[in-house]
Amino acid sequence: MTSAISVTDLTKVYGERSALSHATFEVPLGTVCGFVGPNGSGKTTTIRMLLGLISPTGGTGTVLGESISHPERYLPQVGAMIEGPAFYPGLSGAENLKVLASLGGFPKERVATLLEKVGLEDRGGSKYKTYSLGMKQRLGIAAALLPDPKLLVLDEPTNGLDPSGIQEVRNLIKDLASEGTSVFVSSHLLSELEMIAESLVMLREGKVLFAGRTKDLLAAQIATLVAQPEFTVDLNKLLDIAIRHGREASVGDGAVHIVADADWGATFNRLAFNAGVTLSALTVTQPTLEETFFEMTGE
Amino acid sequence: MFNVMRAELRKLRRPTLLVSTILVVAVLTALFTSIVYLRANSGQGNGQRGEIISPAILSQAAGLVYGFKIVSFFLGITALCVFASQTAQEYTLGTLRNLLVRQPSRMKILSGKYLSMVIFAIALVTIDAIVAISVSYGLAPHAKVTTTAWFTSTALSLLGRTFINVLLTTIAFGTFGMILGLLFRSPISAISTGVIWSLILETILGGVVSSTQKWLPGQNFDNIAQGGSLTVSYQWSMGISAAYLVVGFAIVAILFKRRDVAN
Repeated sequence: MTSAISVTDLTKVYGERSALSHATFEVPLGTVCGFVGPNGSGKTTTIRMLLGLISPTGGTGTVLGESISHPERYLPQVGAMIEGPAFYPGLSGAENLKVLASLGGFPKERVATLLEKVGLEDRGGSKYKTYSLGMKQRLGIAAALLPDPKLLVLDEPTNGLDPSGIQEVRNLIKDLASEGTSVFVSSHLLSELEMIAESLVMLREGKVLFAGRTKDLLAAQIATLVAQPEFTVDLNKLLDIAIRHGREASVGDGAVHIVADADWGATFNRLAFNAGVTLSALTVTQPTLEETFFEMTGE
Repeated sequence: MFNVMRAELRKLRRPTLLVSTILVVAVLTALFTSIVYLRANSGQGNGQRGEIISPAILSQAAGLVYGFKIVSFFLGITALCVFASQTAQEYTLGTLRNLLVRQPSRMKILSGKYLSMVIFAIALVTIDAIVAISVSYGLAPHAKVTTTAWFTSTALSLLGRTFINVLLTTIAFGTFGMILGLLFRSPISAISTGVIWSLILETILGGVVSSTQKWLPGQNFDNIAQGGSLTVSYQWSMGISAAYLVVGFAIVAILFKRRDVAN
């Protein structure tokens, strides 16, 4: 078994509407895989099918080597938080975790450990309905960790968290991955995913746009050279040089932006020097995951 | 299944639910039993549907359980509400997905839930019995009821039989509530439908067309606790109640097993 998750042609149709169409991707074992896509692109539908909550209309899939048509074979090793936390408002955080621990047959001693791990040790005895959104989210993560999972599926785990909470979740995911846990995480915080996800699955309108390594996706994007002349009067001269050499370029923020690989930087610098223009700065900007996402999804 | 049952019992024993339900049952039982004894010598109706239960009747062995079984209908309605809300709230709170991730066998979830609620029903009926018998014994001298026959083996065997019958009635109403909860997936809709049907529509229907009484589920459930009536036998009520509940439960169990959990 090399994949934590593997799906082929996975499809879900509701009446006339196709929520997921022939999705095929793999999540390598022991890695963090980001799952991104605009709202309504089919992320949660996919996650629900992987967890046995809804049945696929077509296609096949495996989770930890077991078919998704038998979720009872793999779910004891899977932790999940789907579409935000959902608990009993009249029970305390600790009681809520104990309900799930009883249900899964996990030792109740884990409850205290997990409350501490997510920073809720002082509020474990408070009723869930008194929790802030961030605390509810933390409790959801604690619940997902109850089975000491081999695969962790998290749907928007940083929703409602403050910057330090987001950082804690990022570190938690990193730690889990370093211990060998596979993590499949959907998030709208693409900058966060860029930092932690080794691979990505990108969806739009129920279709997989990209599935593979994050660095391959980013490397495939065309970089931008940003050239800043010593004197702004030379901006047009620089623009002219770039266009004459077949590059797409524009002027903005006191610099010339040229669509070109990093390798062309040295050539451009030489051409500018020969034309009598001194550059005060020449930088290469690689598109971020967020820019790539907007580019690919057309959002 | 037993893991599910343990998890469900943890939810059922939360103070707001447990204490309020126990209080409702205890107060209703004490109230209804008191009326039977305080009005026993008034010559006016002090029993179910205006029946006159005289001190002479209450002095018999069956007098021990009269107060106990008179509350069965309201005990049933309480169970209906609890079973319906405990089932339907999993959908409205979105907690069903957590349950199914931790226990993917939906039939185990359903049977564990049912088992825990049966235990809850046993607790309710036990409280009903204790309160009713205590109030009966306390008020017997005031109503000039002699209690000698209450301590005979006949009375004790009657107590055992009534306990089982009241429990069956409570479980039947509770099962009805659970069926509605699974069907409507909303506590408010399930409880209001169950209560309006059992408390209002069945009473009107049974009152207007008396021949319908032997077919109405709520009337039959309650008839079990009463040990049968002059018009509808105990055996008939047991049979028709079981038929309704088995068919109803089978339908919702299939729905529960097959339905996508999309909320």
